[in-house]
Amino acid sequence: MSETQSTYNYRVVRQFAVMTVIWGIVGMLVGVIIAAQLVWPELNLGFLHFGRLRPLHTNAVIFAFGGCALFATSYYVVQRTCHTRLFSDGLAAFTFWGWQLIIVLAAVTLPLGITSGKEYAELEWPIDILITLVWVAYAVVFFGTLAKRKVSHIYVANWFYGGFILAVALLHVVNSAASPVTLFKSYSAYAGVQDAMIQWWYGHNAVGFFLTAGFLGMMYYFVPKQAERPIYSYRLSVVHFWALIFTYMWAGPHHLHFTALPDWTQSVGMVFSLILLAPSWGGMINGVMTLSGAWHKLRDDPILKFLITSLSFYGMSTFEGPMMSIKTVNALSHYTDWTVGHVHSGALGWVAMVSIGAIYYLLPRLFGKSEMFSVRLITVHFWVATIGVVLYIASMWIAGVMQGLMWRAVNADGTLTYSFVESVKASYPFWAIRFLGGVLFLFGMLVMAYNMFKTMAGGRTVDDARVLVPAAHHA
Amino acid sequence: MNDFVNQFWNWYVILLVLGSIIACGVLLWTQSQPPPAKLDTTGHVWDENLEEYNHPLPKWWMWLFYITVFFALGYSVLYPMLGSFPGVLGWSSSGQWAKEMARFDEQTKPLYAKYLQTDLKALAADKVGMETGKRLYLTYCVQCHGADAKGSKGFPNLADSDWLWGGEPAQIVETIAVGRNGVMPPHAQLGAETIKDLASYVRSLSGLPADSLRAAKGQEAFNSAGCSGCHGPDGKGMQALGAPNLTDKVWLYGSSEATIIETITKGRNNQMPAWKEFLGDEKVHLLAAYVLSLGQAAGGK
Repeated sequence: MSETQSTYNYRVVRQFAVMTVIWGIVGMLVGVIIAAQLVWPELNLGFLHFGRLRPLHTNAVIFAFGGCALFATSYYVVQRTCHTRLFSDGLAAFTFWGWQLIIVLAAVTLPLGITSGKEYAELEWPIDILITLVWVAYAVVFFGTLAKRKVSHIYVANWFYGGFILAVALLHVVNSAASPVTLFKSYSAYAGVQDAMIQWWYGHNAVGFFLTAGFLGMMYYFVPKQAERPIYSYRLSVVHFWALIFTYMWAGPHHLHFTALPDWTQSVGMVFSLILLAPSWGGMINGVMTLSGAWHKLRDDPILKFLITSLSFYGMSTFEGPMMSIKTVNALSHYTDWTVGHVHSGALGWVAMVSIGAIYYLLPRLFGKSEMFSVRLITVHFWVATIGVVLYIASMWIAGVMQGLMWRAVNADGTLTYSFVESVKASYPFWAIRFLGGVLFLFGMLVMAYNMFKTMAGGRTVDDARVLVPAAHHA
Repeated sequence: MNDFVNQFWNWYVILLVLGSIIACGVLLWTQSQPPPAKLDTTGHVWDENLEEYNHPLPKWWMWLFYITVFFALGYSVLYPMLGSFPGVLGWSSSGQWAKEMARFDEQTKPLYAKYLQTDLKALAADKVGMETGKRLYLTYCVQCHGADAKGSKGFPNLADSDWLWGGEPAQIVETIAVGRNGVMPPHAQLGAETIKDLASYVRSLSGLPADSLRAAKGQEAFNSAGCSGCHGPDGKGMQALGAPNLTDKVWLYGSSEATIIETITKGRNNQMPAWKEFLGDEKVHLLAAYVLSLGQAAGGK
């Protein structure tokens, strides 16, 4: 016991870290393919058309890429900040293999059209049950490790990881409740507008907890570590943590503005989305201000560049989100590419960039190197990715606002100025730019994979990292 | 307005929403009082060097937070948010929609009234009117009949001079206003051989290559099996029933032998929806004129 207790479990961290890069490439490749299908519709071949591939893309980037990044970093962070080995190696291994199985099952069933039809929760009920099992094991490993920590205070990163794990369990179970008909088909437990409300309570909190709280946990460890500076404000982290996890739960109805959802519910979603602005920005302030006194490090540290740029995109999209939740703005933006751009400024700019930074931090440590095979290539990756994101979101802003304006344009005779297909035609150039942005971002991931494999080839698998004794003056 | 089965749920929503908004402000207030005394780290150290300063909450950030909380409270008074309380401004999304629609209807009423007064044939020649007609077409008809109005399999071509249900103004208006249901009954009971004969005959009517022996047998069957009842003894169809003219080289489902055999064996059931309720007489009139103008451009009457 004491033998295994004396080292950290890097094995599961390493497995998840490597798969983060692999699934990132797969998920973003599917994204690039469907972006190409919009520009060149003849690429919709057989059953591999946009409708089947789009859920594959979203599931792959959110749950495969993002999920693996969260597993890898949370397992690393919780061990390091609790000064103890993971609660259970066996359960941790189960979460790795279970999660990979879920991803493969998703990659098979979604293109075959086996879907529950709920956005970001398309997987059918047998896979949903498997997700639940893996998630419970994840919670046991994470909270078990917290319980046996050797320090009295729980580091802020773990609050966010913990909140994310608990909330996702709740969201997944409630939203996926369904009556199975066959092995491959089930019907939602809810009907009509209630189903839509549950779906978007889930959907927005998938953003809030899976894609925000979890990655804030990541930020709270890797930013101060890489900057070698203390977190800016403990007080701020307390306030924005509680405000964030409380307020996100209310924001879902803004996805259903001007629908059959009652007006009062839409209003509740809107005002809580606005209240969410400050708690969201609390995380950005705490991350960015951690760098005060060390700004010069940004100049030549590409990992820090990734981390700080991710916080800038985080701040931008968490400002944009509340604005888009305002009914009058939403009347223009809803159903347009503006939404798609907003999602990607969060997904590429924030989630992917903070993950990439964290994985670059981890890889040398997991493979016994002092740094990545090529730091220059990290810099290349950073600039390619940044240009890719900017092209992506700028083209979607223009396309989105254009579509919104075209759809609402009315002639003096009361007829619509543009038919729908005219707005599609007008969107082509912007879809081409978006495709280019996606290609750049994917190219950056390929550079990362090359860098990773070179680092692995020149290193060794570190399984003997000793658990650190907590600092003496720790309260 | 009231979505609640009873007052309990109404008050449940009101108190929960108000309480939650206020709780956000209270959290901020209590946590900012008093501000942290010293700017040193908290004294906790994790993983070698992870520490935390304890800077006070940024003032501008606190104001941002408070403003959103007060905005939320203000909004709850003005707009529908607290259960069944409609808000003092009396706004509702359906109300806004109705108001905008009424405003546009009011604005365009004289224009459409004028169009309705205009004879359909004259309207079909009215350039400005037909521009409006085209825009209506591109909003409501394009999904089935295509952007070029040439239709596709099962959806009639409107840009030719052939009329399934008649090309007289009153007939076009009727087609759009109350819709059409074109039914070709299935004839599987005739047997595969006879159906093949019939298909050869139907193809020969349009001058398509066909086995002459089968076509001759098919002609007999055409008259004896009841085809002529709808399509007429000469195969020229009957517009009152929407029974297509089989001699005009216009094909709704396709002219291949296999497609014709499918049509005869399984029958066809085709529906044009009714638009009178949704669009009103004025717009139906204008669309009918537009469709008429399409047929005229193609060389019809």
